Amino acid sequence: MKVADFHYERPDSLAKALVLLSRDDADVQALAGGQSLMPMMNFRLAQPDTLVDLNALEELRGIREAANHIEIGAMTRYAMLEASDLVRKHIPLFSIALPHIAHSAIRNRGTIGGSAALADPAAEMPALLIALNATITAVSTSGERKIAAKDFFLGLYETALDEGELIKSISVPKALIENRFGFYELTRRHGDYAMAGVAIAAQHMAPLTGLRIVFFGVSDRPLDVTAIAETLEGQSATDTDIVEAACRAIGNQSLHGDLNADAATKTHLAQVVLRRALRGMNA
Amino acid sequence: MTGPINPFDKPNSYIGRSVERADAKRLTQGRGQYVDDLQLPRMVHAAFVRSPFAHAEILSIDKQVAEKAPGVVAVFAGADLTDHVTPYVGILTHLQGLRSPPQMPLAIDRARWQGEPVAMVVAQSRALAEDACDLIEIDYKPIDAACDVESALAPDAVVIHDEYQNNLAWERVVDAGDVDGAFARADVTVVERTFTFARHTGVTLETRASVVEFNPSDETLIWHYSGQAPHMMQAIVAKHLGMQEENVRIIARDVGGSFGIKIHTYGDEFATAAAAKILGRPVKFVADRNESFSTDIHARDHRVTGRIGVDKDGSIVGLEIDDLTGIGPYSMYPRSSGIECNQILNLTGAPYAIDNYRARGTIVFQNKNMMCQYRAVGHPVAMAVADGLLEGAAHEIGMDVVDIRRKNLLRDDVYPTSSAAGMKFDDLSHQKALEKLVELMDYNGLRRDQKEARENGIYRGIGFVSMVEVTNPSPMFYGVGGASISAQDGASVRLDATGALHVSVSITEQGQGTNTIIAQIAAGIFGVDLDRVKVTTGDTATTPYGGGTWASRGAGIGGEAVLLASNALKEQVLDVAAVILQASPETLDIKDGAIVDLADENERMPLSDLGKIVYYRGNELPSDLAPELIATRHYRVTDFPFVFTNGAMAAHVEVDIETGFVKVLDFWAVEDCGRVINPKLVDEQIRGGVVQGIGGALYEECLYSDDGQLLNASMADYLVPMAAEMPDIQVAHIETPTKTSVLGAKGAGEAGTGGAPAAVMNAVNDALRPMQASIYQMPMTPQRVLKALGTV
Ligand SMILES: Cc1cc2nc3c(=O)[nH]c(=O)nc-3n(C[C@H](O)[C@H](O)[C@H](O)COP(=O)(O)OP(=O)(O)OC[C@H]3O[C@@H](n4cnc5c(N)ncnc54)[C@H](O)[C@@H]3O)c2cc1C
Repeated sequence: MKVADFHYERPDSLAKALVLLSRDDADVQALAGGQSLMPMMNFRLAQPDTLVDLNALEELRGIREAANHIEIGAMTRYAMLEASDLVRKHIPLFSIALPHIAHSAIRNRGTIGGSAALADPAAEMPALLIALNATITAVSTSGERKIAAKDFFLGLYETALDEGELIKSISVPKALIENRFGFYELTRRHGDYAMAGVAIAAQHMAPLTGLRIVFFGVSDRPLDVTAIAETLEGQSATDTDIVEAACRAIGNQSLHGDLNADAATKTHLAQVVLRRALRGMNA
Repeated sequence: MTGPINPFDKPNSYIGRSVERADAKRLTQGRGQYVDDLQLPRMVHAAFVRSPFAHAEILSIDKQVAEKAPGVVAVFAGADLTDHVTPYVGILTHLQGLRSPPQMPLAIDRARWQGEPVAMVVAQSRALAEDACDLIEIDYKPIDAACDVESALAPDAVVIHDEYQNNLAWERVVDAGDVDGAFARADVTVVERTFTFARHTGVTLETRASVVEFNPSDETLIWHYSGQAPHMMQAIVAKHLGMQEENVRIIARDVGGSFGIKIHTYGDEFATAAAAKILGRPVKFVADRNESFSTDIHARDHRVTGRIGVDKDGSIVGLEIDDLTGIGPYSMYPRSSGIECNQILNLTGAPYAIDNYRARGTIVFQNKNMMCQYRAVGHPVAMAVADGLLEGAAHEIGMDVVDIRRKNLLRDDVYPTSSAAGMKFDDLSHQKALEKLVELMDYNGLRRDQKEARENGIYRGIGFVSMVEVTNPSPMFYGVGGASISAQDGASVRLDATGALHVSVSITEQGQGTNTIIAQIAAGIFGVDLDRVKVTTGDTATTPYGGGTWASRGAGIGGEAVLLASNALKEQVLDVAAVILQASPETLDIKDGAIVDLADENERMPLSDLGKIVYYRGNELPSDLAPELIATRHYRVTDFPFVFTNGAMAAHVEVDIETGFVKVLDFWAVEDCGRVINPKLVDEQIRGGVVQGIGGALYEECLYSDDGQLLNASMADYLVPMAAEMPDIQVAHIETPTKTSVLGAKGAGEAGTGGAPAAVMNAVNDALRPMQASIYQMPMTPQRVLKALGTV
């Protein structure tokens, strides 16, 4: 199929982009890396009237260090995150997870903002952002606001962004020396979206404090079972304790099957990836 | 067989050498010429509206708005083509009883699968044509769909064709010997399994593509076609567009893979041709991926229940199979959709000495995309069923899986012989192939490793397959059944004035290296340097008549035609040279582009001198000499319906029993394709085939909803095997040339695809054995493995 006809705008300032995006008489969409939007347009699943290309916007670029966090412009590509010393030093979980996102060619184009805005439930980045307690800065013609990652992902391709609102940047707290991170995913082919995956962050492992566990690829959104951590807070929990607690948390929610795995398989695989991610953290 | 003295063992023969592909440089530099690269003056583009329902009445089609849309040249519904295309029926008379109603390019009154073309827009660009497709108003009345193969014959099933009482397309029974008597013997162990093979398809890098141009002034039509059988297309295009065959020219330039996909009558392509004829201007249609997945022929989708009986020594006393398959709503034209089931009945158990064999095949119509012949037609099913049963039986009686094969494989000294299903075999080497395989893979070492690994909770498995492959078919495949499909091929070899050879041959190149081996044969047999040979394929106007490339026939049949023509030309050239040099032709030879003395290879005259004398200075020749520097020969297989090849393969896998993931660690293939013309090309054919076989075993499946919606029609959701997951594939050969030809080459192109699924399935089951789990459903997805383990 061929893309349906559309208008194309490439504004050179954020202010102009926001004005273009604020039109409510037409379907206007932002274009970041295009790695998800262009295939959808090629299949005519998305038929925006106007595309606002964000690739010329200085304001959305750059990886900057602040006192307690790293501020990442929405247009930062996966490949830039992979190559960044700041990221390597302060967001080790990104460094573990990034090679698992798609293939290099896609990581050269795909952006952190695009991934967050798309909110694909099988994508790694949304789960990583929740696990890391990241904050998303949204911007529109009416100004900026900050949204905690845990409140940002609302469902299948659904986020807390309003119409006409863009992700400007994402801030990720710097890791401390005692923090621990875990990541594991199952893909049938290298670079595929995961059948099941999990991102884990903990302030301390023993005793356990500030544990966050977020699954991806098993539900209609990143599945945050961090609430269970509270039952283990301050204890010296074993992997088995954690897996059991997570299972209790998953038990109340029905996981979402997909073409190749039903909900029961997803539930099983969620346990497996969690166990393996924990094993990786201890190793 | 008569023929020249063996030219293959000459030190400078190109035959048997891994020369580089002639076209590799051109293709890798992006200089290929695929159909979509063609831009013709006044060319317009076709796009199709396809049925969104698996089964629906078409109540009305309103084209008015679409006709007025920007850039639109014409809009056609099914009824608009009835005066321009005659209906086609996909039956072959030798598949007795196979039935299928007439088809038209676009659905009329009723759509019978999701994706069936219903209307066509022709416009200035593909994008504009798609825009206008959205403006065609079609009123559908959905009807219940008969999708499930198992229930398609139930009394209450929806009948897809009103002219039939039920959805049965074909039934066949083979009954040889006394299976019941054999199974009833007290000393016989009978093992039964049910195997399920998913639908999958041959995903070509270049999708189906056509540019059709019609010239009303002289009533000629040129079809630029991405495919593998130009003369077959010429015949059916002429027939169904009401033209004289000589006025239809089919040109296939570079083809980006075909695998049996691009050798059929597709409604969208015939509608494109009809539109070109009606409009008098070139029309292009290139299937997109979505269209490819929902309309390129699918294959496999078989459910087979099989039983094998073995005595205490492990000798097979009988084999019985019952195959059920659905082919979509019609049998595909002109090759029919009966061949895969027929091959399964013919080939199951064929490598083994079996006297008592019973097989039943049932083919039903269903509301899904049509099925037809994809690489290794029927073989992966037949091999997996026989070898799955055999390994099951070996374990039942406590026998090693290699030993049970040694016991039952046809001995290498029994040929010629016939199988219980009536297949004639000659020049096979099953036992030798198995022994070579066992040595190559270090079977005993692997078994030791497997034992140790299990102690550490790692589950590895080893699985085998012994196989036959149908290659070099005679007219008994299609022609006998009434199809205009040639089983013979022709080659013309011409010497030009500069001493170069021009070869034109009716087999085709679709990426496998045909043109290279043709050049090797011509250069080697005639005696010129390889880079002085130009090969032309894929054009009905400039090549001799022939079948094209399918059923692993290119090298064996087309290659033999080239050999015969090259020999003939050589004799003709030597006759001329003898006159010029005043020698006797028997004392001369051609070597490295020159006439030489046969005895001492001393050069007498370069071919370029001979060419110049003949073409420019004929006055120097005696007037009664009529030099012919071109020779044409044709070849067909006569003594056998098919020339079978054989092989033995093994897979080594690791199953992650927590996740159900299967990793193929190693794969070995020993293949006997007769004379190997280019070892590297043959090895790559085997490897590519193995990868497709692994795809069928582990990844590929066209997933349909219960109501017939294809759910994974994209490269993101349909999992083709990718390089990162593939093991090293070690290939070795045994060369038992076929006695049916001088060249002695059999086919090799389908072996890997035919054998690998069985080997991988057996290996997975070997890995799962300590858990008393087994799986006989392909692809063996993580979920299916977990279900087999009882985990989910
Ligand atoms: C073959 C393939 C494999 C892939 N595998 C994976 C994988 O394994 N894991 C994974 O996570 N992803 C995968 N992806 C998706 C890839 O990561 C995408 O690039 C990413 O999800 C979207 O980023 P993008 O910059 O390309 O966004 P785009 O495609 O440009 O945009 C996506 C959506 O986000 C919106 N958008 C973009 N930027 C902003 C912004 N700043 N503010 C508001 N809205 C915005 C767009 O309007 C659009 O709706 C794969 C893609 C391909 C093609």
